[in-house]
Amino acid sequence: MRSARNRELAALVPVALLLTAGFAAVFAAESTRLGDLSLVYGAYFLAVCLAAHIYLRIRLPDADPYLFPLVALLTAFGLVMIYRIDADLARDQANWFVLGLALFALTIHFLRGYDVLERYRYTIAAAGLLLLLAPRLPGIGQQVNGAYLGVKVGPLAFQPAEFAKICIVVFLASYLREHREVLIVGARRVLGVTLPPLKHLGPLLVVWGASMFMLVFIRDLGSSLMFFAAFLALLYVATGRFSFVVIGMAMFLLGAWFFASTVPHVHDRIEVWLDPYAHPASSGYQVLQSIFAQADGGLFGKGFGQALITIPGTDAALLPAAQTDTIYSLIVNEVGLSGACAVVLIYLLIAARGFKIALLADDGFSKLLATGLTAVFAIQAFVIIGGVTRVIPLTGVTLPFISYGGSSIVANFVLLALLLLISDRARREAADSSPRRRALAPGEA
Amino acid sequence: MNRQIVKLFGLIVVLFGVLIGFTSYWSVFDAQALKEKTANKRPLFEQQRIERGRILAADGTVIARSVPKGRGDNLRYVRRYPEGPLYGHPIGYSFVRQGDSEFEQFHNDELVGNESELTSLLDELGGGRQEGDDVVTNLDPAAQRVALDDLEAAGFGAVVAIEPQSGRVRVLASNPSYDPNLVPERLSELNTDSTSPLLDRATQGQYPPGSTFKVVTAAAGLDSGTIDPGTTIDAPGTIDAQGRPLSNDFTQSFGPIPLDTALTLSVNTWFAQLGQRVGEETMFEYMDRFGLGSTPPIDLPSDQVYRSGLFEVGELLGSGDPVDPARLAIGQERLAVTPLQMAMVTAAIANGGRLMKPQIWSRVVDPDGRVAKRLDPSEYSEPVGEETAAELSAAMQGVVSAGTGTNAAIPGVAVAGKTGTAETPFNETCGGGSDENQAWFIGFAPADDPQIAVAATVECTTQFGGDVAAPIFRDVVETILNGG
Repeated sequence: MRSARNRELAALVPVALLLTAGFAAVFAAESTRLGDLSLVYGAYFLAVCLAAHIYLRIRLPDADPYLFPLVALLTAFGLVMIYRIDADLARDQANWFVLGLALFALTIHFLRGYDVLERYRYTIAAAGLLLLLAPRLPGIGQQVNGAYLGVKVGPLAFQPAEFAKICIVVFLASYLREHREVLIVGARRVLGVTLPPLKHLGPLLVVWGASMFMLVFIRDLGSSLMFFAAFLALLYVATGRFSFVVIGMAMFLLGAWFFASTVPHVHDRIEVWLDPYAHPASSGYQVLQSIFAQADGGLFGKGFGQALITIPGTDAALLPAAQTDTIYSLIVNEVGLSGACAVVLIYLLIAARGFKIALLADDGFSKLLATGLTAVFAIQAFVIIGGVTRVIPLTGVTLPFISYGGSSIVANFVLLALLLLISDRARREAADSSPRRRALAPGEA
Repeated sequence: MNRQIVKLFGLIVVLFGVLIGFTSYWSVFDAQALKEKTANKRPLFEQQRIERGRILAADGTVIARSVPKGRGDNLRYVRRYPEGPLYGHPIGYSFVRQGDSEFEQFHNDELVGNESELTSLLDELGGGRQEGDDVVTNLDPAAQRVALDDLEAAGFGAVVAIEPQSGRVRVLASNPSYDPNLVPERLSELNTDSTSPLLDRATQGQYPPGSTFKVVTAAAGLDSGTIDPGTTIDAPGTIDAQGRPLSNDFTQSFGPIPLDTALTLSVNTWFAQLGQRVGEETMFEYMDRFGLGSTPPIDLPSDQVYRSGLFEVGELLGSGDPVDPARLAIGQERLAVTPLQMAMVTAAIANGGRLMKPQIWSRVVDPDGRVAKRLDPSEYSEPVGEETAAELSAAMQGVVSAGTGTNAAIPGVAVAGKTGTAETPFNETCGGGSDENQAWFIGFAPADDPQIAVAATVECTTQFGGDVAAPIFRDVVETILNGG
């Protein structure tokens, strides 16, 4: 199965070219003379990617060949956008990228037998909940824009929700693998609605409770939405009961509605979503500027380095949080609708590869884990892009692999490592069990 | 579980499709509407990064230019008006936060160099920066200065001077003016100033025209064939008009007199009877032909140029509405006209009955010095025939040589004109005094080969049109004729 890795290598070439071209474009726009620094950046990035590729070649020779290049593409694109905002931020982000790849390698090294995760599922769940709770803990918690998203321990600041999402997905995959049978068999029809058995409802209610808890105490509408949607996706895949999804959704909306009318922060976010023009200079500023930035982009955008991010002559933000929350709007502004479509398409391709891994996987845990990781990744992209395009209320979730932020990059590389681990085993088993089908192994065709 | 996984992927595809849908809506389909939102300052910031073109007077004097501030990403241009209040009207101002007005607003596309989508796309690909074009006006700096100085000495008011054959606007002055350079700091102050310096009285001042409107009545009478220059009408001291007496000054009786005598002496009862003979239908028709009732076709934003005509609580009256033709004929009734409109009436008569579109701009020059566009004078309407215009011109010369307008006379030049003094007692804007007038003078020169047509008006003055407005007319005309 060396061919998989060869294809991965080939796919990395356009990534490197795109990155170099991007840096060159920004450089040209910023300083009118083309320095060779952009080429150095491109070469450096390619070297790091090559190292990761060689590592994969040794450790996971059969893993999906397209996931890593697709992620590298997003990272490269994100680096160019951040470089365009601030060269210092781009250097930080590049360091995070290297750290992310290190954790990526460590995950692959230590979790080859990832079934071990199942054994510690309650520990992992507790860790996940603790991570979610951390921003409210006195001394280390940080409040940003009315939401408790960050944790700061000494010099180390991070966003625990990014890591918590992996813990929660691991727990859910493991729990549902074990209980899916009883959830299906024990289901009862009450008033024409299929309800899960009460006995097994408990842990599911805990997840719902955790989402509501996040809404109230962390005030993080985005993460809450992301977690609960991933949970419903997993519940649906595990049980095949669409009615569970409907009930879950109803419960979430009910809870969200209740808290939206009682928790001011959540309430404001929804008000702003419904009518941003009510307070265009204060609460509605970010979402309006996000949309105005997109309106300036048009079909093909204004070009790299051409967008306005601060109000000219001042340091005041014209596009608030351009390197994190609203980076998608900046992308639309600079590379237009066409560039934005390409970005969304890359996320969709990653989702397709992720679900493909889930389809190929043999055992229930692998299947559910791959599904959950892919779903939470795709939903995260949806929540933030949907937020800046006013599909849903705008919340502070990062755009995976593109937004500036160490936690996001590192956590998502761990997520990628897990997906590749599942993929490697699934594809090898598929190849071993039916050597005749080897030439037509799914995912290779 | 595989079936569910495929369905879940299907859902993700749909959700991402929605994202693309919304992105397309904001970035393409709704983009224009978003750019016009007041909360959206991006278009203004973008324009600030463009070196806006200069606005120049006819002789090349710089009226407005952009100066760079900051460097690199922070480079922006700020508007400067070297002549200060002199061109506050009609040039207006253009600033990022305060917006823009008047000429700056109307000619924005040329000044920022907005071109077709294709050209600008090609420019962008070529790495070129968008550059604004210069706009050269027809304004005559010396005459504009004289007009504003004279107005400042006489009182609040306005002067409009138009070249009759081309419609070129040589002077457009409004007093009090303001210094556009101060707009960024003092806009709210200027807005609430009780003297309304931001109001362009030349295009937005709606004043009773007084006797100057007799020119319109005479034009209607002659052109409709109701009278000819020889027709005499008996002009007693007082006549009855719709049950109310209408008198001459000092109820002086003139007996049977022809048009030129009546115009020279500005006889109310003569013109009131002419109005009754012509009838309100025909009066309305000729008012329309001169452009009353419509927004003047000048190159200023249409919301900053007011219409003239008969107004009933802000609503424009037209044919069919009950009016008194006798009082309409002498400029009373509920008439309100702008100085620009009266200048247009005058210019039409000066140009043999053909009214040219008044235009402030003359040509657009691109950054390389090439003329990108040049004013092609065009006709707006033909209110009256050439014969009528000639007869009227002859009668109006009598006003200046032997009538109420002798103060407008220029040695060695035949001047045609008409005075007007509308009584505006107890007017709030004038402070409520009992003998305030709206003083007017309209006219053109040289009468045999008109080079310039002017309307000058002073509000809230105790003097008459022939005393306060005619000298302004004379000074402006003299300046223009000497300069040309």
